[in-house]
Amino acid sequence: MDFGLTHEQQMVVDTVRGFVETELYPLEPHIERTGVVLPELGAAIRRKVLDLGFYAPNIPTEFGGGGLDHLTFTLLERELGRASMALGVFWGRPSNILCAANEDQKARYLYPAVRGERMDALAMTEPEAGSDLRGMKCTARRAGGDWILNGTKHFISHADIADFLIVFVATDTKRITAFLVDRGTPGFEIRPGYRSVSHRGYQNCILSFEDCRLPDAQILGQEGQGFAMANTWLHATRLSVAALCVGRARRAFDLALNYAAQRRQFGQAIGKFQGVSFQLADMITGIDAADHLTLAAAWRLDQRLPANREISQAKLFASEMLSRVADQALQIHGGMGLMEDLPLERLWRDARVERIWDGTSEIQRHIISRELLRPLGA
Amino acid sequence: MKILVPVKRVVDYNVKVRVKSDQTGVELSGVKMAMNPFDEIAVEEAVRLKEKGVVTEIIAVSVGITASQETIRTALAMGADRGILVETEASPEPLAVAKILKALADREQPGLIILGKQAIDDDMNATGQMLAALLGWPQGTFASKVDIEDGTATVKREVDGGLETVALTMPAIITADLRLNEPRYASLPNIMKARKKPIDVVKPADLGVDPAPRLSTLKVVEPPKRQAGKKVKSVAELVDKLRNEAKVI
Repeated sequence: MDFGLTHEQQMVVDTVRGFVETELYPLEPHIERTGVVLPELGAAIRRKVLDLGFYAPNIPTEFGGGGLDHLTFTLLERELGRASMALGVFWGRPSNILCAANEDQKARYLYPAVRGERMDALAMTEPEAGSDLRGMKCTARRAGGDWILNGTKHFISHADIADFLIVFVATDTKRITAFLVDRGTPGFEIRPGYRSVSHRGYQNCILSFEDCRLPDAQILGQEGQGFAMANTWLHATRLSVAALCVGRARRAFDLALNYAAQRRQFGQAIGKFQGVSFQLADMITGIDAADHLTLAAAWRLDQRLPANREISQAKLFASEMLSRVADQALQIHGGMGLMEDLPLERLWRDARVERIWDGTSEIQRHIISRELLRPLGA
Repeated sequence: MKILVPVKRVVDYNVKVRVKSDQTGVELSGVKMAMNPFDEIAVEEAVRLKEKGVVTEIIAVSVGITASQETIRTALAMGADRGILVETEASPEPLAVAKILKALADREQPGLIILGKQAIDDDMNATGQMLAALLGWPQGTFASKVDIEDGTATVKREVDGGLETVALTMPAIITADLRLNEPRYASLPNIMKARKKPIDVVKPADLGVDPAPRLSTLKVVEPPKRQAGKKVKSVAELVDKLRNEAKVI
């Protein structure tokens, strides 16, 4: 068993960390104040990442991507997770599911996404179908040789900057099918969503379909195979959430650690008070534990071992750890932690969504226990 | 034209160094190491010269322990073509490093050697100058701008009180100052390619150099803690204190 990073992995970590700290951190206060990332700014970040050859690092090299294995990609996500998501989203990581596209679709969607010319977004959640995706009300019905889509999706992350959506809908047979839908398709509308406590500037959107007509050529994979494809290609997104929780927690911790060493009260550094030092000990223990769970799950994916339970464990533990660590880091900063002058209040707010999206903590616990009980027939 | 760029493995500049409890040096165990920042600037300059078509091959050299290979790999990931590790357990002083680099220059015949002006660990600021003397080559130290044309390197030097421009007939030695350039991030394709680029490993003895230190370190101590300032009531009192307490005038 080897817990060391290879030199390549270390260089990936150093490069991403350097980029995030130098290029993205300075932009964050403005994004927090305005809640908007101007298109030129997003394009400039994308350009820099493309020039570094780091765009689409998760996509295999045969399709023009960076071809990182799961472990190295997870390290990248961890470091990228330190920065505001509104900015990090322009470090394009096209959805893996696009690799399931046919040749014609690859040319229209996957390759442009890898080249940074077209942005993708994924649409599953509906007002009445959150954790229970089988309750999906968005439908596609046959009309001649085409499909007619109707219904509403919400909480669709960064659809505002997406050029096309990968949309999961129920087809006639009550089975789920994935469609590729271009922005601007008649009958398809992307609207701003809700104002969220977490991730200012990173938009959630509402999609509405009103008799939106699509040809067979827009089906990703096979009709009715939506769930199977999602299971094959998308389970790793939970691991990305876990990784960015670890990176963000580490950023909050580093701030708290330095503050505890420098801030003096009652004639000594506050870190010398056990009330603070024990908190620091608990924080770093949680961060390291989450890091190990996350990297071990990524390693299992690379070894082609079953990893469903391990990914859920990483996502569950890392997101709950982040909530605690962000809260404690803020607490160590006292009143100043609440002020927008420091990133603590933002890290604390941003932490909240991680326990909800990509499967709530409750759903993760369900998956973990189901994986254990199912072999026993329960 | 070939270009030689020596790179040194040092404690990462972000790390707050601590003196070992036995005062023999600074704590290195478990400490993050990185390429000397001035050497990173030297590598960047070499890569830019290659991109301009002035340079055809960049050779990154490091003198030190096996782990210094990582420093060479970092240079390879930035765009150097191949590496040479001169492996030694001793921590060689500038003169020994300069002798090693002279032997490599004799072997490789580079048109230019760009070094960092100094390493951030021992702050010697000597290797480039010694190497120039050993080779009998002209030197442009503390460079903030470099132009290469027709066998001449024009170097803008950061000197006390301003900038001095010198023209060097190549082959020549240049040492990089902070403002020469801003080093790039290693790109993903280059990180992956770096693994396949060759690194030769040689011993100082192969080059006829004895790397044993000629200086002995008596002890290493933390800098004294800064004392709180004092307020004085009059100029007379200030002069008195400067003369009798601080003894500086």
